[in-house]
Amino acid sequence: MQRTGAQIVWEVLTREGVDTIFGYPGGAILPTYDAMVDYPIHHVLVRHEQGASHMADGYARATGKVGCCIATSGPGATNLITGLATAMLDSTPVVAITGQVGSKAIGTDAFQETDVTGVSMPVTKHNYLVTDVRELAQVLREAFHVARSGRPGPVLVDIAKDVQQATTEFEWDDRPIRLRGHRPRAQALNESMSRALELIKAARRPVILAGHGIILSGAYNEVREFAEKTNTPVALTLLGISAFPRSHPLCLGPMGMHGEAYVNQAIQESDLLLAFGMRFDDRVTGTIKTYAPHARKIHIDIDPTEINKNIKVDVAIISDLKAALERLNPHLEAGDHSEWIARIQEWAEDTHARDIIRNAPTSERLLSPHVVHDLWKATSGNAITVSDVGQHQMYEMQYYSHDRPKTLITSGGLGTMGFALPAAIGVKMGMPDEEVWVVAGDGGFQMTMAELATAVQENLDLKIAIVNNSFLGMVRQWQEFFYDKRYAATPLFNPDFTKIAGAYGIPAFLVDNREDVIPTIEKARQTPGVVLIEFRVEMEEVVYPMIPPGSSLAEMIRRPKNGEGTTEVSDEMKQAGIGAASV
Amino acid sequence: MKHILVALVENKPGVLARVAGLFRRRNFNIDSLTVGTTEDPSVSRMTMVIDSTATDASAVERNLYKLINVLYVQDVTNEPSVIRDLAMVKVSAGPENRGEILQLVDIYKARIVDVGQQTMIVELTASPSKVDQFVQLLEPFGVREMVRTGLIAMKRGDEPMFQEETDEHARGEWRVLNTN
Ligand SMILES: Cc1ncc(C[n+]2csc(CCOP(=O)(O)OP(=O)(O)O)c2C)c(N)n1
Repeated sequence: MQRTGAQIVWEVLTREGVDTIFGYPGGAILPTYDAMVDYPIHHVLVRHEQGASHMADGYARATGKVGCCIATSGPGATNLITGLATAMLDSTPVVAITGQVGSKAIGTDAFQETDVTGVSMPVTKHNYLVTDVRELAQVLREAFHVARSGRPGPVLVDIAKDVQQATTEFEWDDRPIRLRGHRPRAQALNESMSRALELIKAARRPVILAGHGIILSGAYNEVREFAEKTNTPVALTLLGISAFPRSHPLCLGPMGMHGEAYVNQAIQESDLLLAFGMRFDDRVTGTIKTYAPHARKIHIDIDPTEINKNIKVDVAIISDLKAALERLNPHLEAGDHSEWIARIQEWAEDTHARDIIRNAPTSERLLSPHVVHDLWKATSGNAITVSDVGQHQMYEMQYYSHDRPKTLITSGGLGTMGFALPAAIGVKMGMPDEEVWVVAGDGGFQMTMAELATAVQENLDLKIAIVNNSFLGMVRQWQEFFYDKRYAATPLFNPDFTKIAGAYGIPAFLVDNREDVIPTIEKARQTPGVVLIEFRVEMEEVVYPMIPPGSSLAEMIRRPKNGEGTTEVSDEMKQAGIGAASV
Repeated sequence: MKHILVALVENKPGVLARVAGLFRRRNFNIDSLTVGTTEDPSVSRMTMVIDSTATDASAVERNLYKLINVLYVQDVTNEPSVIRDLAMVKVSAGPENRGEILQLVDIYKARIVDVGQQTMIVELTASPSKVDQFVQLLEPFGVREMVRTGLIAMKRGDEPMFQEETDEHARGEWRVLNTN
């Protein structure tokens, strides 16, 4: 059948299973927007294209499907970039479609012309510029294939305007895509499997490092089976939160810079680390010179370039995690590491003694950990929380206990402030029956709060918790620790967030003491539609524990003993924090 | 140590930019990179030389495979192969030293491809180390201009380079295991 390029976009997208797309129109993409009206696609009109790419990302993280966004040439396309970079670092499958100036005008600095494939090259898994309508259908199919296959990632398709207007014969080709390049081997070698089994059998102090790969590969049951059979405790990366039930007796909790001290200690003392779909990011290793000095390492990852990138490993299993564990698990021998686990529990006692929830059940000022903890309580731990970036994000990691997979959505690798609200809109569109909460700081929320309009326009049932400390809290914390409390550019003037909400017709509440937290959350839950709660919290909180950047996992700044006050930071740690090569 | 990688890539716009972008982004240090056509018009061939004291050649290989347009990567460093570099040297050649230069040209099986009033262009195709020596020997006469293509390499023997239909990108895994 004869189709225009614009129609082909929707012919392919609908066949690839896309029913929702996030976008913003403009001249170079208008033909495609015009054709959209005739197809069963729900278009979500965002308020800034960054929102569109975060929404597609959030949608993909929550559903496991490819998220889609669309924008015009030039500024529309460049506004997508932050969202694409976010999806790239966290390996989420996103397809972004952008209009480009007419193919004859490319290279002439035409109105709204940007070299979008050039700009997006380092932040996409792959990208395409289409200047011939006959290639369009195949390119779009490839884009979906590349986005979701292997290690997922964002793919951008830039379509010249005349290609959208041109007509060609369209025939849906549903044979599986086979690319000439890009045929990663997905099957692990037998010899690495048997070597891994030997190390597992010999281990006395094993720890599983559970990462995002578990979620991407859908390997929850296999990881659980592995942990239970071998009696191996499980430490979580930030994106590994919800990849293993937090309430499981073998779950230790989060590792790394703001992970729990006993978890990091367990890693340092371990004799075998099982890295399942994680990439030894500097945020979880601290300085690699002293990382887990006694441990052998088995690394299972689908991406060969992750092997030996940061940490040299003893066995590499390059495979989809689920497939690898399906092969390993039947050969595992029942293990008993109760002594090792008891030792970790002993270390954990010290952490519990410092715990802010137990030690400061109420306090004069509202504390962020209390907000997050009470949100967990009020939602019975069952909500999907979409967290922004900063102190509140680390509190969310520490105090909201996630048991179900894919229930913490946050920008881990790029740490993109402004991610939460738009990503949550994507999450809610993809999972309409879930209770979805945005948890954002006052800084990050203001970066993308224009998307409140999108949420209202879409009639979403979305709950928003702003943790307002009137500071760029996490940066202020670094200034407190490492820069002698010289608060350069971190105090924030803030609007009245409840009034902002009011302007959109969003019911809003202000909470500034502990007693009102749970009742107000309850009220929000019972109010349909978008509801916003502003929590005014203590201004100068500090996220403990903390490994200063460049320090070892063994050198944490601990929570103060009585649960209140602050911990002095040693001069060495201060120097390490300022001087670290990567911050 | 120098590592020589040969990559077959799709002959499509932007592929060179992707490879160059990868090297820049991952901070890979490349001594030389050549690109040329092959027996298959849809495929280009790249040869790159990597100083493996600064850059892990296996990491380069594995990262190349992440590029969608890369079909095959071969590390020929330790394989029996033919390795060539081509140099053109414009050397000062007054009447007094032409004879001596001609002698060198003869010994090295180089060729004179242009003769001017005061200069000559000498061309040599040989192994990189031989080219190095030759250029060094010309230096005392006065090298006015010099260009080298960068090295190209081909494995000896009858074995086909790779089977496009069946080969998977698994070599990276082998290399990883071998280093441990
Ligand atoms: C887009 C972007 N810009 C800057 C940063 C650096 N940064 C990290 S955390 C942070 C402060 C966040 O403040 P806020 O949103 O108020 O959250 P809080 O830390 O107070 O909970 C900043 C500026 C970032 N992560 N992302």
